[in-house]
Amino acid sequence: MSRRLTLFAVAAVLASIGIGLSVYRHVVFDVPWLPGQDKSIWSIEAAIEFRASGQPITVNMVRPVDQAAFSVLEESGASPGYGLSFEERNNTPVAQWTIRQAEGQQRLFYRVDVLQRDASLEVASVPPPRVLPVTWEEPYATAVAEVLEQAHALSADELSLTKQLIAQFSSAERTQNVQLLVDQFGQDDITGLLARMLRTANIPAATIHGLVLEDGRRRQTLRPLLRVWVGEDSEIFPLGLDEEELERPLLIWTRHDGYTLDVMGGTRSRLSFSMIRSEMSSYGTLAELLGDDSDWLGFSIHSLPIEEQAMFQTILLLPMGALVVCLLRILIGIRTSGTFMPVLIALAFIQTSLVTGLIGFLLVVATGLMIRSYLSHLNLLLVARISAVIITVIMIIGLFSVFSYKVGLTEGLKITFFPMIILSWTVERMSILWEEEGWHEVMVQAGGSLLTAVMVYLVMMNPWVRHLSFNFIGLQFVVLALIVLIGNYSGYRLLELRRFRVMAKYL
Amino acid sequence: MLIRPSKLRRLGIMGMNDRNINYIARYNPRRLYPLVDNKLKTKLIAEEAGITVPPLIGAIRTQHDLEDVADMVAGHAGFAIKPAKGSGGKGILVITGHKDGRFIKSSGVQIGMSAIRHHITNVLSGLYSLGGSPDVAIIESLILTDPRYEPWSIGGVPDIRVIVYRGFPVMAMMRLATRASDGKANLHMGAVGVGLDIVSGRAVNAVQSGGAVTEHPDSGNQLGELTVADWDQYLELGARCADVTGLGYLGADIVPDRNHGAMLIELNARPGLAIQVANRRGLKHRVRAIDKLPADAFKKPSADRCRIACEVITSVEATVVPEPESSQ
Repeated sequence: MSRRLTLFAVAAVLASIGIGLSVYRHVVFDVPWLPGQDKSIWSIEAAIEFRASGQPITVNMVRPVDQAAFSVLEESGASPGYGLSFEERNNTPVAQWTIRQAEGQQRLFYRVDVLQRDASLEVASVPPPRVLPVTWEEPYATAVAEVLEQAHALSADELSLTKQLIAQFSSAERTQNVQLLVDQFGQDDITGLLARMLRTANIPAATIHGLVLEDGRRRQTLRPLLRVWVGEDSEIFPLGLDEEELERPLLIWTRHDGYTLDVMGGTRSRLSFSMIRSEMSSYGTLAELLGDDSDWLGFSIHSLPIEEQAMFQTILLLPMGALVVCLLRILIGIRTSGTFMPVLIALAFIQTSLVTGLIGFLLVVATGLMIRSYLSHLNLLLVARISAVIITVIMIIGLFSVFSYKVGLTEGLKITFFPMIILSWTVERMSILWEEEGWHEVMVQAGGSLLTAVMVYLVMMNPWVRHLSFNFIGLQFVVLALIVLIGNYSGYRLLELRRFRVMAKYL
Repeated sequence: MLIRPSKLRRLGIMGMNDRNINYIARYNPRRLYPLVDNKLKTKLIAEEAGITVPPLIGAIRTQHDLEDVADMVAGHAGFAIKPAKGSGGKGILVITGHKDGRFIKSSGVQIGMSAIRHHITNVLSGLYSLGGSPDVAIIESLILTDPRYEPWSIGGVPDIRVIVYRGFPVMAMMRLATRASDGKANLHMGAVGVGLDIVSGRAVNAVQSGGAVTEHPDSGNQLGELTVADWDQYLELGARCADVTGLGYLGADIVPDRNHGAMLIELNARPGLAIQVANRRGLKHRVRAIDKLPADAFKKPSADRCRIACEVITSVEATVVPEPESSQ
């Protein structure tokens, strides 16, 4: 009895450690319990088009930076023949493409992945621009002065002055002065006009640019926004955005006045954007949130480089696979060929997708068995025979790949994801089993293995399981606790209730 | 379709998990396994203790020894080649005689010397051993079936499995080879399992492939008429195996040999559970009754323990399990 007690104590300690760590992680680091909660990634592609006329070309395009609502995850550029560098110029991050000579229509691409956070319209502060003297010609100088004076009278500070100005320009009934200015300086560029007027009043203001994000949109352009500084702080006014657009997330692309795109050596340049939204995948994104945390309780796979993280994403799923195998073998009583072979097969299924994987597995094992039955006539030593089976399996896989490719089934190529050594041992073990116990036992074990593999696959593919196992390392302790408990189950297996059913009549 | 767990508990059926955790893990220390997992070692310690085992013709330990095989078997009409670390009857090749340089398998199929060498090579390379570790091939002289049991066992030697718990024999069954089992006394492969009364050695019930049978599927002989002669020999041999190995939960496989009587061929530290179906009885009531015995009972000599076991089991049978309505 005391042995059992110790065991329950161990399981309880393990489980509470695991749950404690996970809750800590949830509370302190705000890692969500469910995958994709409130967080999404936007992949934005900027396409730059222009005509080149055989001269050296330098293209500078401003890149977005981390901001309150978004963090930049990854940037890349595609540009055949161009030299590309990401650099800082005058405190502004730019992507620079260069080429000695180019002719005709050119297309350059820049792609950025940003993680959306709880939205608020704030950008990393930049120092207010120096306000240069602004001159207006008459009669506009008088009009500007009057409009500003009116707004000044109705406001208390720089921000309320700005709001008053905006109110005057967006009002349905514009005053004569306002109408005069709009007519002269731009129906299209009210933001620029307002910035200039604010600078006239000695308030630092600039036209910046932002991108309204909407899933699946193409050929979008940057929208001008008004940014007004009060001391070191600043506020952004999204003029010209309708209500629907205001509801959408807004990515600030440029932070102050100046060019967005600057093409030297080319003409007729244009910049357009396309974007897609994806649910936050469980790895690589939280990295940004958690990666540089030094707290040991925040110990996290996310502090590793992205590549290693991807590897761990799979490794951390293995305990779940092991748990499923334990359940199926100890509680249900399913027989499998090789204890954890189904887990490895399930891993291959993840790469190949289920149906392709099942068909591929059956094809390879069936063909392997046929060839193996011939090999058994050759009186080979065990090691040599396994080696021969491995080579056979590789040849079968190669043959299927080429064949399926020729007939246009690219799915068939995925067969290469199977672990060949495991397949070879499976073939060998099944073959021995066939000789010794007959085909019936082969079917039972092969069926059991495949059933287990499919169950393991379904569990490992569950987005929730993937999310939890990757983001809450503490849950591994819980899995361990469960396995310890299952390992102590001494009751009947489900299939034993069937096996011993003949005993019912002796009761 | 399924039987309720509560019914199984009332019948005292031992499940696989129960066996593994509460009996094998508790009473069979790991360090003792090599004694039973290696038939050569079993043979040597059993011989030392004066237990009858099939005479050893020779052991092939290396590929080089293969050259001696022909000389070894030359003087023997029949012999069996076994992997020392094999389990479940795997890898056992039985040769019943030879003719014109060809060897006759128990199934009647003729094979050449090269096939025998191939088989031994497989054994040495660990094909049949647990975990695939390199193995030794044992060549033993053939066991000759006691003619009394010949009508019930076709194409192979019948054997008697005795489950010995903490030194007390608690359940027994006879396994009869059939054509379906290729002459092997292996229940998985279609051999018939006949439950034996622990007191008398008389057949109580028989099963094949999980279903009840009343006659041998090949010869048609009534299985109910089967009685093991000199039954005490088998019980005591089983009980002594527990002393020799130190294992607390043990399956002893014993054959009735024409010339030598009860003869130990194999010990098993993880005996299967099908014996319960063959006996129509669960093991749990019996092992629980053994557990209740006073401490000094466990120190008694094997003959006494067999007598105590018979008494205990008789009383368990009388109290726990009602007689089935119809008996055959």
